[in-house]
Amino acid sequence: MTAFIIRRLMQAILVVFLMSLIVFFGVNVIGDPVDMLISPEADQAEIERTIRALGLDRPITEQYWYFLKGVATGDFGKSFIFGEPALQLILQHMPATVELALVSLLMAILLGIPLGLYAGLYPDARISKGIMAGSILGFSLPSFWVGLMLIMLFAVILGWLPSTGRGDTAVFLGIESSLWTRDGLSHLFLPAFNLALTNISLVIRLTRAGVRETMHQDYIKFARAKGLPERRVISVHLMKNILIPIVTVLGLEFGGLLAFSVVTESIFAWPGMGKLLIDSLLQLDRPVVVAYLMIIVLFFVIINLLVDILYSVLDPRVRLRDQNT
Amino acid sequence: MNAAKVETPLGRFWSEFCESRIAIVALIVLALIVILALLAPWITPQNPYDLAQVDVLDGKLPPGSEAYVGYTMWLGSDGAGRDLYSAILYGIRISLTVGLAAGFIALAIGTAIGLVAAYAGGRVDTLIMRAVDIQLSFPAVLIALVLVAILGRGIDKIIIALVFAQWAYYARTVRATALVESAKEYIEAARCLALSHTRIIFRHVLPNCLAPLIVIGTVQTASAIALESTLSFLGVGLRQTEPSLGVLISNGFEYMLSGRYWISFFPGLALLLTIVSINLVGDQLRDVLNPRLKR
Repeated sequence: MTAFIIRRLMQAILVVFLMSLIVFFGVNVIGDPVDMLISPEADQAEIERTIRALGLDRPITEQYWYFLKGVATGDFGKSFIFGEPALQLILQHMPATVELALVSLLMAILLGIPLGLYAGLYPDARISKGIMAGSILGFSLPSFWVGLMLIMLFAVILGWLPSTGRGDTAVFLGIESSLWTRDGLSHLFLPAFNLALTNISLVIRLTRAGVRETMHQDYIKFARAKGLPERRVISVHLMKNILIPIVTVLGLEFGGLLAFSVVTESIFAWPGMGKLLIDSLLQLDRPVVVAYLMIIVLFFVIINLLVDILYSVLDPRVRLRDQNT
Repeated sequence: MNAAKVETPLGRFWSEFCESRIAIVALIVLALIVILALLAPWITPQNPYDLAQVDVLDGKLPPGSEAYVGYTMWLGSDGAGRDLYSAILYGIRISLTVGLAAGFIALAIGTAIGLVAAYAGGRVDTLIMRAVDIQLSFPAVLIALVLVAILGRGIDKIIIALVFAQWAYYARTVRATALVESAKEYIEAARCLALSHTRIIFRHVLPNCLAPLIVIGTVQTASAIALESTLSFLGVGLRQTEPSLGVLISNGFEYMLSGRYWISFFPGLALLLTIVSINLVGDQLRDVLNPRLKR
């Protein structure tokens, strides 16, 4: 067990190291921030001074060495545009993204489970077929397209909901969030729903498959034979058993939500880290791009490591197979 | 069954494919889209990227308006005065080219790597599959974003980014199928005949892995088109001079809030039809080609 964890940990460190190489050297080869940041009228001395201030005059290997040292202490360098430390900038934008991702996860559960339950219990009903067709669309439509349609329908044609920005936030229980104000909620609804669409489809399919499989089990037949009301059979005997895989998959999807929020945040001008990434990419703000990519990679590696370890605890076959190879 | 009629494998495949009415409709729509895109220079009233033919005075006209030079703009015009119908047909050309190019290259690379992993086995297999696992644990959009951040914009760079984001799906599928095939008697027989490795891999194993490859090939091509349009929409994909559907949608986005919906809406509709019809065809292909689902 310990050997397994150590091996996986080494692998995770290797992945992070490789990604830091790819990201740093890749991003530093493209574009020349000097052209962008210094006004064309600046004289030679001023250009030199700025280059030195940004550390762009050093050899790239040396820049990488400083970068690695910096990463170890959480220092990714200063944003060329904002002049603030890149990490701080990202951390400032993080709450908005996490809020968006959490709300959309909640939406996926609240909408996906009832719809999937219905489709599983009455597989031949017309509504069920509609739900399943809808879930295929949820997978195959590009999410930015759906976002556009949501804006067109709810913001432009109907005028019910605002389409850009985060709205008012308030502090409640020590957490600053737009969940606590009406304005904030109305701003949150469209982007969260847009981000949730793929996961709603996923939950619908998982729930339906779970229901179809579980309904034939003996313990369900037994519960019915005991004369339990159908509602209790479904809410206790059925739900308890199908929820485990759904919760597992949704937990895994959380990282994906953070990554996908890049698209949603750009459409709805949601001030999170995804929009920050796109803005920084367009302005060639290298420290912020590198810091964002490193943080999100680290995040994914940690999630995957935890899942691997958790699985090996739950299912010894995983760990044994790993030893054999 | 009519005994006189000889049933070829292709004929059987076709008749099974036609069992789903939705799949036929999707195939027809897809064929129409491809034909319209191919014929674009001859059937559009305007070459939207020839500046001599575009008039800014025609800008932002609603669908059905008359252009300055006389023809009717059935789908309206965009901010620069381009006829949207023409722009969309030219846009489909670019979107399809990028999607197909990325799909084919990823298929070729992924297949080669997957075959090597399956046939070589041992350490090579472990190493390759570990790399595949690690890559598949990141969402495709994230990988594409990393590469776009590194490579920059432009058709060639986007194709490279898409290939990197997708090869692993092919590699995993091919390896799984090839492992199953390699264990069968005919491969053993081929080995006993002392055929060369390349001959066994390409003439015996590969043809039997084609069915699942075709299926993920269609689905992944659709997702390559979607991914390209997403990147272009975000402004980090194709340039303004390479106006794919995603770029057109992105251009129209700024006008949407002021109620000029058509500039984004119609290119979006074209993108949607393309992606959904490819996916529906792919779905039916999976049902037909998967022997496990056969009655």
